[in-house]
Parts: sequence; structure tokens; C-alpha cells
Amino acid sequence: MRPLTEDETKTVFEKLANYIGRNITHLINRPDDPHCFRLQKDRVYYVRESVMRFATSVGRPELMSLGICLGKFTKTGKFRLHITSLEFLAQYARYKIWIKPNGEMSYLYGNNVLKAHVGKMSDDIPEHSGVIVFAMNDIPMGFGVTAKSTADARRLAPTGIVAFRQSDIGEYLREEDTLFT
Amino acid sequence: MVRSKPKVGRKARMKQGPVPSLDEFYQGILDPRKTAQQKNNESESRKRKREDRGASVKSKREKAVFEKAKSDLFEEENVEEEQMVAGEDDFYEFGDEEEQFGIDEEEVEDDNENESDEVYDSEDENERGRAMFSDDEGDEDLLEAANQQGLANVFKGDSEDEDQAEGEDEFVNSDDDFEQGDEEDVEINVDSRVTNVLPSGQEIEAPSNVPPDIHISRTRIQEILNVLDDFNKYGEAGRSRSDYVAQLIADIANYYGYTEFLAGKLFELFSPREAIEFFEANEVPRPITIRTNTLKTRRRNLAQALVNRSVNLKPIGNWTKVGLQIFDSQVPIGATPEYLAGHYIIQAASSFLPVIALAPQENERVLDMAAAPGGKTTYISALMKNTGCVFANDASKARTKSLIANIHRLGCTNTVVCNYDAKQFPHVIGGFDRVLLDAPCSGTGVIAKDPSVKTSRNEKDFIDLPFLQKQLLLAAIDSVDANSKTGGYIVYSTCSVTVDENEAVVDYALRKRSDVKLVQTGLEFGVPGFTSFRGKEFNQKLSLTRRYYPHTYNVDGFFVAKFKKMKVAEQKPNGTSKA
Repeated sequence: MRPLTEDETKTVFEKLANYIGRNITHLINRPDDPHCFRLQKDRVYYVRESVMRFATSVGRPELMSLGICLGKFTKTGKFRLHITSLEFLAQYARYKIWIKPNGEMSYLYGNNVLKAHVGKMSDDIPEHSGVIVFAMNDIPMGFGVTAKSTADARRLAPTGIVAFRQSDIGEYLREEDTLFT
Repeated sequence: MVRSKPKVGRKARMKQGPVPSLDEFYQGILDPRKTAQQKNNESESRKRKREDRGASVKSKREKAVFEKAKSDLFEEENVEEEQMVAGEDDFYEFGDEEEQFGIDEEEVEDDNENESDEVYDSEDENERGRAMFSDDEGDEDLLEAANQQGLANVFKGDSEDEDQAEGEDEFVNSDDDFEQGDEEDVEINVDSRVTNVLPSGQEIEAPSNVPPDIHISRTRIQEILNVLDDFNKYGEAGRSRSDYVAQLIADIANYYGYTEFLAGKLFELFSPREAIEFFEANEVPRPITIRTNTLKTRRRNLAQALVNRSVNLKPIGNWTKVGLQIFDSQVPIGATPEYLAGHYIIQAASSFLPVIALAPQENERVLDMAAAPGGKTTYISALMKNTGCVFANDASKARTKSLIANIHRLGCTNTVVCNYDAKQFPHVIGGFDRVLLDAPCSGTGVIAKDPSVKTSRNEKDFIDLPFLQKQLLLAAIDSVDANSKTGGYIVYSTCSVTVDENEAVVDYALRKRSDVKLVQTGLEFGVPGFTSFRGKEFNQKLSLTRRYYPHTYNVDGFFVAKFKKMKVAEQKPNGTSKA
């Protein structure tokens, strides 16, 4: 377990900024409850500082997880967000799409968001920007990138793709073997 | 020709409606004995329900009409006629159907005429049809039924003779003995029944090469229970109580599929009747229960959301505010959007108990020594409202996967997951406010969930596991900070009901560590732990521990003990003043 290097921090923050924009400051500046980012075996964890200090007693081979895992660095040095980061992304999301109950299961099985399933969406989403997908009752279900801007999406056919899925909570079942080390 | 005919007949039978016409119905009433018999035979011979129904109705009608027309039409019929009749058969099937829809009487009578014309034939066809399908299993059933009926008749007829002739043999042949015992159970003289309960020496030796019959065991279990209820009155002279108990354990092992060793081990925990209740309860699955994740939702909202997905549920009981019991569900309960969003976790009701006993407080540091798959860890985290710190340890790396998955899904941010052998614990990090040790155990409380326990556990397990459990419990006690302002508690729990893994372990810890004492678990229900067991005397405080059995509370078998670690500085003056 170690703090992120300058480069790694930059990569992670760039990725996060896709989804939560300037709200990223809310993750970093929490004077009442300081949190920090830590790297452990290519995974990045976001954890309360007090918890992190206790975790220093645990040896590197034995430490499996601490706090919440945001994602992992790939072998090529890119950073990939995991579904486990959804809680923070949803909290500070910049762009949102809500999908209707009839589209929930389709999305949870790993499909893209179709126009027919969109219940509502933020007004000013540009093309190819990160969005958080919610159910109509505001349960966060995953995240992805828009295929069309909001304006274009309005003119789309019902079967047209509004957003490409990147991750969904169905992965807790589908990817259980690979997602958690 | 003959080959094709049954096919027609069968098809026709399929088509035929189940409701007979009025005439046929009356004729059926006139000759109820015959039709009933025919019906029985028929119904046994056909497997599929629909076909079965059609066939019996048809045969009933045919039989009845056949009686009427037997006299005229006893001549042999040629092939063309048969064929034609087969066609007609098809025709009046439709007629039949129309009858059901209320076609007027004339037509009905016509139909009947038709029928009487070719009754013989259709009957004949029926007979042949049966022969054709002789490789159907149904026919074997029929044969079997007939055989049994025959046997029963013979038995009835000869029973008196046999009784007299083989009066002596009866006691040797246990089969006969118990079949008759079943029938005569109500009127049997108490004394004579009792003499039959235990098999003689011959019987015990004889069946060693044949698998023992479970029905005999079942009957004998009941008989022995009756005897043990009042041994002085019912016990056979020359037989000791332990003879009966040994036979009872052997029968339990045989009937429920346990090894004799394990059956004996579990049997000695209860009175004989209660033991049977326990073994019976192990055959029935416990209800599916879920725990609301209070970090993300409230129980009322969750219940509403699940009811909307047509899940039938209700709260588990008054003792928990977060548990829901699932009765039935149209959707898989482990894959709803609410589940994936971490609003609940599927968790046995019994595993709420150690966490309730632990009662973690906010801003404490808690250790869960054997955490996977994380049901208890996430409950601790939820009770602490994600404050403080929870160390979740598990010795198996593979099992930490599901632990991490559950921790993340339920949004527990205050956890550290590590993969140590829990025995190392005070050396890794100590000074915890509370420690939960849900120790690895033989699983004798969860046989309903995992029946492999019945046969896989042997004597060695009940030496090795308590040995490990004792080490772990000492490690747990040593990991606690006695000077903690809010805590200083250790909870020891197992999903086993044996004394070796529970009271004996707790008693050992009390002897080895003088700075801990047992305290009330804070659980509303449960049976007090044993303070003495089969000659072993335990610490009297063990009555503060709690046991749970599947047959008393419909939760998994479970054991919970709660310790308080006392401050060393304070202990001395206390100890001296008391002494």
C-alpha cells in the first residue's frame, strides 16, 4: 500500500473528471473527515485516513482491500474505473440518465442504453461524455458514455443507442471472479 | 392393421371429453362396482393424466354399453368392419364433444345406437391396444398393482392360519413383525409390543450384508421412544436402557442417513423425543431470510420495493429490525436490482445473533476474525454507520473474494480486508474494542443447509476443531483492549450444536485467561448453555451463553457466548474484596 505518484494521480483524476467534473474537489477536500487515495497491487482505493493508518499494520501480501476500490491500473498504465466506484460517482455525477423499469433488466444484463428505455436525462449532455445511469427511483445502476448529445438523442429512433455501457451493477454477479482480485 | 388400430383408439381416447353423457352416467351408476374396478385398472395403466382421464371415461362407458349389447354381438368381426368402426369411433367422438355443449337428445340417442353397434369392437380394440403398449411403464404398474392386490388377498385369507402356524417364526422375521406391528399398533397389548421392540441377537447379525430397511427403523424409533418415555413400566426384563438407546441411535443413523458416531453425538444433547425433533428439523430447509442494509435503505422501503416485484415477505420477528423472511418470489431473490444495488443481503437469521450480541458502537475498532462471506462484517459496519474501523479477516484467500464483493456491494467504507491465519492476530494488530469470532466448526447446526455433514464428520474432527477453536478464542481475547472506554467485548459463536465445540471451548478460555468473564449476550431468546454435560463440570457462568436449535426457533443450530475483558488494574482490588 502506498500513496499514488504524481502521474498516477493525474491519470486517476482525469478519469474521474469525466464523470464528476469539478466535483472531484468534494472527494479530496473533506476537512471534517479526511480521505485519501492509496495504491495496493495495481488497485486504487479511496479510504478514510484513520482507517488507512490502521491498515498500515497489515502486510502487503495479506492486505486484500481497504475502504472502497475505485478501479485499477492496466498493464499499459491506463486507469479503469470499477463498478465499485459507482457510489462516489453517483453522488457527485455531472450528467445523468434515468432508465424506465422495463429497461432495468436489459441494462443490468450488460446492454447499452436504448432510446426506448430512457425515462429522462440531463439536458445539456455533450456527445461522448461520461454519464451515470440511474433507475427511475434514483438507484444508481452503472455508468457509461453518451453516444449522442441530448439534443441528438431526442431525434433518435426508439432502438437507437443513447449511451454505451461501461459498467453496471450486474457485474457483481457476472464478474465476481475477476473483479475482486 | 392391428398395428394401426391402437393408434386410432389412442388418438380417439385423447380426443374424448372427460364428461360422460347422461345415459352412460346412469349406466355407470347401475353397475358401479364393475366400472370402478375397470377405472382403477385403467387409471393405473396410463401415465399421462389427460390420457388417463380419457381412457377411464371411455372404458367406463364402453363397459356399460358392452354389458347391454353383449348378447347380440358376440360374433367374430372381420377386418373391414373393424376399420370402419374405427372411423365411426372418430365420428362419434365429435358427437360426444357436441353433447357436452348441450346438443339435443335425438343426437345423443343416435350416438348411443352407434355405440351399441360396435361396442364389442371397441372393447376388443381396447384390449389389443393394451397389449400393444406393453412396454409402457404403466402396464408394469398395473401388473404390480395386481400382484399386490393378490398378495393382500392371500394375506387376508391366510393370516389366521399363518399366525397359528408360524407363531414362533414371527419373532425371527423382523419384516413380518413390523408390518403387522403397524396394523395392530392401536390395539396391541403394551407388554407384547414392548417385547418386540428390540431385535434379537440373530436379527442383529443376520442383516449385516443386506441394506437395512428404513421403514423398520422408522417404526422401531417410535416404539423405542414410547419405551424410553417410561422405562420402568415398558422396559423389557433383562434389557437395559442403554440397549434401547444403542438401538435407537443405530436406527436414527440408518433412517436419517448419519454416521452412527455423529448420530450418537447429537443424540446425547437432547432427551430422546427432542432428539427426534432435532433430526426431523434437519430434514426441513430453514426459511430464506434477508437483512436490510441500513447504510442504503430502510426496511419499510425495501419491503415495498420487493413487494412490487411480487416477492412475498414479512418481518422475521420482534428481535430484529432489519430482517425479512421471504416466503416465495417470482424473481430470483439474489439478482434483483435492489440486491445488486446493495439494499439487502441474503443471510440466515441465526447469523444476525452474534452481531446483535457483539453490539458494536460507533467509532470503535472491531475485528471479525473469520469474516467470509461478509454477512456479519457488513452488519457490523452498518451498525457502526460506517464510522470507526472494521477489520475483516479470513484465512482463505478464495473466500475473501466474496467477502470483498459483499463489502463493496453494500457500501461499507470503513473496512480493511486481510488474509491472515487468525491465530496470528494480536501480533498483526491488537487493541480492538470488540472482537467477533465466528469460529470454523463442524456445521452440525446447519445440516439442513449442508447434508454432507451427516457423513463427513468423524471423531477426529471433534478433536481437531475444538483445538483450533480454543487457539482462536485465546487469540481473540488477546486482541481486545481491556481499557477500551466503550467496549472490551469478545463474542464467540459457532454454527455447531455439539458441546465439544462450544461450552468446552468457552470453559477452556475462562480457565486460561483469568481476565475475562462471561456476560449476558443481550439476546432475547435462546436456550442457556450447559453448565455440566455427561460428567464434565463447566463454569457455572456458562448458563449465560445461548444455544439455538432448528426445532425450537426455526433458525440454524447456533451457539453464542459473550465475554468481557476486565481491566487488569481494576481486577485486583475487585478480586481481593470478593475473596
